[in-house]
Amino acid sequence: MTGAGVLTTGPAVELLGIWKRFPGVVANAGAHLRVERGSIHAVLGENGAGKSTLMNVLAGVYRPDEGEVWVEGAAHRFRTPADALAAGIGMVHQEFRLVPSFTVAENVVLGAAGRLLRRQAIEDEVAALADRFGLATQPDRPVWQLSMGERQRVEILKALWRDARILILDEPTAVLTPAEADELGAVLRRMADAGRSVIFISHKLHEVTGFCDEATVLRRGETVAASLPVAETGAAELASLMVGASPVTTGRPPPHPPGEPLLEVTGLSAVGDRGLTAVDAVDLTVRAGEIVGIAGVAGNGQRELCQVITGLRPSTGGRVSLAGVDLTRASPRTRFRAGLGYIPEDRLGVGLAPRLSVVDNAMLRTYAEHRRGPLLVADRAAAHCAELVERFSVRTGSLDDPIAGLSGGNLQRLLVGRELSEHPRVVVAAQPTRGLDVQGVKFIQDLLIAERGAGVAVLLISEDLDELLTLADRLLVMHDGRIVGEFDPNTAARREIGEAMVGHVRASGDGPSRPDPAGEGP
Amino acid sequence: MSEASLIGLLAATVSFGALLYLAALGEMVSEKAGILNLGVEGMMAMGAVSGFMAALEFGNPWLALLIAVLTGAAVALVHGWFTVVLGAEQVVSGLSLTILGIGMAAYLGKNAVGRPPGAVLAPVDWPVLSDIRWLGPVLFRQSPIVYMAVAVGVVAWLVLSRTRIGLALRAAGESASTADAAGHSVVGLRLGAVAVGGGLAGASGAYLTLSITPQWAEGITAGRGWIAVALVIFGAWRPGRVALGALLFGGTLALKTRLQTFGVDFSPILLSMLPYLLTIGVLVAISIRSRNRPSPAPAALGIAYRREER
Repeated sequence: MTGAGVLTTGPAVELLGIWKRFPGVVANAGAHLRVERGSIHAVLGENGAGKSTLMNVLAGVYRPDEGEVWVEGAAHRFRTPADALAAGIGMVHQEFRLVPSFTVAENVVLGAAGRLLRRQAIEDEVAALADRFGLATQPDRPVWQLSMGERQRVEILKALWRDARILILDEPTAVLTPAEADELGAVLRRMADAGRSVIFISHKLHEVTGFCDEATVLRRGETVAASLPVAETGAAELASLMVGASPVTTGRPPPHPPGEPLLEVTGLSAVGDRGLTAVDAVDLTVRAGEIVGIAGVAGNGQRELCQVITGLRPSTGGRVSLAGVDLTRASPRTRFRAGLGYIPEDRLGVGLAPRLSVVDNAMLRTYAEHRRGPLLVADRAAAHCAELVERFSVRTGSLDDPIAGLSGGNLQRLLVGRELSEHPRVVVAAQPTRGLDVQGVKFIQDLLIAERGAGVAVLLISEDLDELLTLADRLLVMHDGRIVGEFDPNTAARREIGEAMVGHVRASGDGPSRPDPAGEGP
Repeated sequence: MSEASLIGLLAATVSFGALLYLAALGEMVSEKAGILNLGVEGMMAMGAVSGFMAALEFGNPWLALLIAVLTGAAVALVHGWFTVVLGAEQVVSGLSLTILGIGMAAYLGKNAVGRPPGAVLAPVDWPVLSDIRWLGPVLFRQSPIVYMAVAVGVVAWLVLSRTRIGLALRAAGESASTADAAGHSVVGLRLGAVAVGGGLAGASGAYLTLSITPQWAEGITAGRGWIAVALVIFGAWRPGRVALGALLFGGTLALKTRLQTFGVDFSPILLSMLPYLLTIGVLVAISIRSRNRPSPAPAALGIAYRREER
């Protein structure tokens, strides 16, 4: 069942001159790619560089406007994902294509041929396949009960089940913990060693240098460097190719004394979606001109904490106040008026309405200012939007087009711009730079630093420890709904923070600690 | 209440139950694939009139039934064209189909009103079994359509839960992009499911005009298509539970016409509300339960699928 068939030389995949246009956007402008058999090939690029589009062309999801697709020496014109699958191409999408109510085994065999569905038999076969590639899984569990890492393994199993010889992974590590990411790297290497080819889309350079053989770099829909040997090229060179200029990293902002407490949270508790305690007696204070970071592994109550502070989730105990005003029972609107800005984790959905136009999204918070009597004044709303777009360098097509067509970075610029332009006194920023390209990250980080300089209290929730260590004046670690440690980013050791993130708290902070005697680290 | 009238009530319960079950099964199959079709009432009306008129024309009840099934499927495919192929709003299209179907059935059936049936699907007497006291007259002296409804239910359950195409169909209703990425034709699966749904609604309508009534009159479906829609929710999209619900709701239909003869002082209007009240109760129970687990409704129900949408 190994992919190394009769022909062992020649590329597994060759894409030539691929063009793909969407309304108002050219996603691919003559991109090309060549992937050798038995190798792990990175496709690098910033958000909006056209990586996902190019891979969707290869996987038969999109039809290219122009260009050729060659797989194992044969030209193909895929019309559907089924055609690509038949040619041996399996894709693990960024948003998993899994049916939550189906079991692991049902999801794996969904695309397979055959008439009958014998549960026990397929569960055994899926378990055997998983064993062969070292993918731990439970075939009889429904997918909705699984963690993100487990779901990804199901996606990979799906492709292996269909005997995919070329596996495309679209930003596979975005949802994984660092340990899970390393494990994924090992699985991919086993697959490559067995003669299969892996295409790895990412913008995390340490992963690319960690487990890829070659890299192709895209910028603005074009290939700017093809099949570079990763080991000889180095991360710095790859990064500069991605952005087209040497990347500037944000430095630590200069220290300055914080002012009076603006956001005060005491004993705050809340339950999560599944009815279990998600936020457990959290105390925290953010002062004017201070960035307080919250670190933690995803799913330890950070999301719920943000929701309770911003009024999107009821609290079950405790108090939230802004500049001394109690907001515990206030509506999100009241909180906004009191000076609370919110950059939610879920940009398209909570932050922005995908089908509404850029103008409509820009005035969602402040529509009351663009009115005459009961009517909206279109000109005023459009002017407000144009100003935001200009000031926060949002790249858009027509301002009247649905916002869903914008790339992730531009969505975030508009969202952050909308929240910050109303001069909040407190900003809650959840994963504000996640999924953004290098320039987008710097832009957003600089904005947060500017807010800090202007005396705004910033609560920054991030899964990126580097970002927190760079930006935060104080760093809190959240685990299992509690604040389990407080660190000074200037002096804290990463390992100690890491230990706190998994719940092993040593005598390190002055926050409420909860030692776990059973699981002491070395 | 006499034994005979009680047997009559139970036999009518089974008969109305089968009527509702056919239509509800069809709707369930369609919804399992992700397409909500609120046009059941219209498809039933079209099945009823086309079956009746085909019986007048050809004199063969089986041919009439077949024509009713095909008519129902064809009407359903109008909905399929709008919702599956063009991605139109399913609620709007379904409601239009109901209005269109009822209107068109009334127009086509103008000359058939009041005429005696050209052929009927008469009840069959099962040898030996039909003589069993109570059970015989209730279960074994029914129209062949009743037994077909049971068989279709079993087949639907088997196909949905034990075959690959059933898995693919459910995937199209849970997550169309997943089914698509797995290499299944979402359009094909959904159109097929919609056609099956329409065919069964057509059969249900024909059961009225070829066996239960058997006559054609405008408005003969009398809202039973809507009960079938509610029944799918009541049965939590599971063929077995839908069958139980069909008997329960069929019982309310059977009782409605008999209340006065039984001398019970209870408003038949209140009784006809019962299926809907029970369905609302089930909806409440589902929402409370689904705090901890996914709702039994297909996750992509009512959502159009377009592949290249970003």
